[in-house]
Amino acid sequence: MKVAITSTGNNLESKLDHRFGRCSYFVIYDLETKGIEFIPNPNKDAQEGAGPASVQIVASRNVQKIISGEFGIKIKSLLDSLKIQMIVIKEPEKKIEEIINMLNN
Amino acid sequence: MSPRPFRLRKISNPPIISGFKPYRNKSVDEKAEAIFLQYEEYEALRLCDHEMLNHHQASLLMAVSRPTLTRIYSKARQKIAEALVLGKQIIIEGGKIYFDSEWFSCQKCGCYFNNPEKQTEIKECPLCKSSDFSNIGDVINS
Repeated sequence: MKVAITSTGNNLESKLDHRFGRCSYFVIYDLETKGIEFIPNPNKDAQEGAGPASVQIVASRNVQKIISGEFGIKIKSLLDSLKIQMIVIKEPEKKIEEIINMLNN
Repeated sequence: MSPRPFRLRKISNPPIISGFKPYRNKSVDEKAEAIFLQYEEYEALRLCDHEMLNHHQASLLMAVSRPTLTRIYSKARQKIAEALVLGKQIIIEGGKIYFDSEWFSCQKCGCYFNNPEKQTEIKECPLCKSSDFSNIGDVINS
């Protein structure tokens, strides 16, 4: 199963990005193979429609869960219909590594 | 006296498209009138004619009374029939609705998560695997 995490940077020390649509990087983590992939987000500075475009990127990798700080109103209904689980973490100081360790426990 | 409060209709699956366009002769004005099919009417039609539920079951899923569901449903059929007969385009939008998925909050790690699969029950927090979480109700409003 794959999980997407929004990140502010492209290494494990980076912190969670609290925005979903305009985050800097997506981290795609595979729970079975433990593979980690960083994808730069092309919608980072988009004026509008960043959310749905980002959902498309993430959904094309077949993730089943998305971890972020917040999801916009357009995204919630979209992800509901795609049956992707949203996980909201309200601690902005969390590192990607810590989140991955939590998922592995 | 104030009128009776309006019950928001619950939408489980929003439509994947935003409307339909008629396929027709170019001589007819492209920007002809459109029929606005509301989300709640789409949902009633989906539950009754696609998932083959009866009006009572569908009304429970949309959190309205059975007569209200029947009213929404017949409105949906009227609109679609009108669009087909008069060759109008259908735009699905609007309606007093909210999208549904159950949300939970975990007491151990403090995260929030939802359950996108209504058939399966959530047994543990997806992040810290703790079973100490509670339902925070349907919080997403459209």
